[in-house]
Amino acid sequence: MSAREEVLARVRAALAGAPTPPAVPPVRSGRPLEELLDRFAERVADYRAVVVRCAEDEVEERIALALDGARTVVPADLPWEVPGAVPDEGFTALELDDLEAVVTAAAVGIAETGTVVLDHGAGQGRRALSLVPDLHVLVVRADQVVAGVPEAVARLDPARPQTWISGPSATSDIELNRVEGVHGPRRLVVVLVGSEVVGRGSTLGGVGTVGGSSASH
Amino acid sequence: MNATFVGMPPFPSAARDALADSQLRGNLAKATGTIRAKRAAVVAEVDDWEELRLAGAALKDRALLDLDSKLVQLEESLTAAGAVVHWARDAEEACRIVASVARDHGVDEVVKVKSMATQEIGLNEHLEAEGIAAWETDLAELIVQLGEDLPSHILVPAIHRNRAEIREIFLRRMAEVGRPAPADLTDEPVELANAARLHLREKFLRAKVAVSGANFAVADSGTLVVVESEGNGRMCLTLPEVLVSVVGIEKVVPTWQDLDVFLQLLPRSSTGERMNPYTSTWSGVTPGDGPQEVHVVLLDNGRTRALADEVGRQALRCIRCSACLNVCPVYERTGGHAYGSVYPGPIGAILNPLLRGVGTDEQVDSLPYASSLCGACFEACPVRIDIPSVLVDLRAQVVDAHRPSAKPEAVAMKAAAWSFGSGARLGVVERLSGVVGGATGRVGRRRLPGGRAALSRVPFGAAWTRSRDLPVPPRESFRAWWKRTDGGRS
Repeated sequence: MSAREEVLARVRAALAGAPTPPAVPPVRSGRPLEELLDRFAERVADYRAVVVRCAEDEVEERIALALDGARTVVPADLPWEVPGAVPDEGFTALELDDLEAVVTAAAVGIAETGTVVLDHGAGQGRRALSLVPDLHVLVVRADQVVAGVPEAVARLDPARPQTWISGPSATSDIELNRVEGVHGPRRLVVVLVGSEVVGRGSTLGGVGTVGGSSASH
Repeated sequence: MNATFVGMPPFPSAARDALADSQLRGNLAKATGTIRAKRAAVVAEVDDWEELRLAGAALKDRALLDLDSKLVQLEESLTAAGAVVHWARDAEEACRIVASVARDHGVDEVVKVKSMATQEIGLNEHLEAEGIAAWETDLAELIVQLGEDLPSHILVPAIHRNRAEIREIFLRRMAEVGRPAPADLTDEPVELANAARLHLREKFLRAKVAVSGANFAVADSGTLVVVESEGNGRMCLTLPEVLVSVVGIEKVVPTWQDLDVFLQLLPRSSTGERMNPYTSTWSGVTPGDGPQEVHVVLLDNGRTRALADEVGRQALRCIRCSACLNVCPVYERTGGHAYGSVYPGPIGAILNPLLRGVGTDEQVDSLPYASSLCGACFEACPVRIDIPSVLVDLRAQVVDAHRPSAKPEAVAMKAAAWSFGSGARLGVVERLSGVVGGATGRVGRRRLPGGRAALSRVPFGAAWTRSRDLPVPPRESFRAWWKRTDGGRS
């Protein structure tokens, strides 16, 4: 008997007379969250990532400020202009290690946990690109921010590889103290685009009638 | 180079040694105290935490009670996504599969993501014997591997080491296996983490083959999920050309959407964070991105034995968060090594006997007793594994496995049954007991409350009397007294 047949036969024997699987009790499908973008910005910053909020027409300027002249790689289809950056031409890991920074777009932002998800689609590049350079500048649009994990999972396509990022890389392996900066990018800058309030030069934390249906879960 | 749990003594004697180590107890109390506070804070933020626990338990049960069809579905999804699926009955078979993939690519080293399944099967030792070095890349695993030590916690395997010990290990051992630690290394956690970054980076950048486990395997989409913090997981899952993932068959969850429950339960229970820094998901091969050859080894190694146990099968819901370790009064004092397995703490006390069976190994049989049954583990468990109930059931199984026996308790019970069986026999025994009482009453120096003489130690029941005083038998039995005094009237 092959290992496959034997393992499956053991499973069937173990389950002889087992009860039928239980129904799954309901969990809330979305916690209403007011001021979604404020919550998102606050929770990202909790992980000691840098959060920059700006209007659509300020993105390129904010990216340049965050990069501060670092040698930068970008996905070839990044929708923003980054002067001096080299587009990814399939660099090896060693070549990527020589570059200091990377700029990517994102797929989803999660307010409740301060997480940004890349599905490595448009503007996000392959996985290695946003991993090896030490500074990651991540641009998230307001309409990509959802309330919680269930909304994010529902938006994402499992067929695509995904990277869920909550702050810079960190470890708690030494006496369970959190230390930021191990193997992944040690610095993370999240540029959050599209708040009318900030666009008018007002203070942060305005009322978020921000774009997208995601805020109304 | 790799240490092993083989030959560990049973829990009571291992625990006694651990309790005598005050450095260990200090490190553990500090670490578990820190993590308990963090977990409590982030769990309190979620107002439907109990609903999430119920949902998590039910989702896992749905997969486990329908495991044959879920595994076949997982295999189909993985294969359709370009992965090669292998099946392994036991540790030996799984190790051979991983080694043969490595050999096919002619490598003499692999990089590893922290994985309980590969520790359980002793993969590093197997690969080492075949001349293939397996580099652990999780910081705590690196500390354990360089220190030629054993893991003592599921999440933080080096929880028993403090910063000074870690510094010493790095300075002493890093140079032998790669880039040396900086000569001026201090014991600041930031510096220690940076030394690990530099040491491992050259290994990540050159590795051809990586080995991982998976936190979840999604049946309907063929997606594997690795939840981590440091980015070593991303390095291993992304940069090498070949990826082999060893996945226990109990890791299956039915659908992609089910992950929403587990990605809320796991980080808060485990590291006490709203979300861990990095979660990677992948479904087979993505052209032009990441490893272009992807293998998945579906591992039994005792899981079907656990599945057959009607009370114990709930242990297979475990998502390896280690919340039960951090709240356990026994674990906090003895640490993980005393459990003699890669799965320590309350979950280890049930998982090891369930995976390996009771009645054959003294060490395994001792584990269901490594608990005060206080129930803190059940309360903390994000998938509601009723560990105390399983412990009690396993204790019964251990007792049954050792019946009939000539153990002193059994002999004593038989003797008691014989003497209580007839008044005449009881009378004889009482007279004997009176003689013993008369003799020992004169030598017993200890007094019980109330003044009765007691023996602090007797040679034939040392384990029992070490912490209990045995009252000296009375010189005169009740029946003898009744006869002598005519029922107290004379």
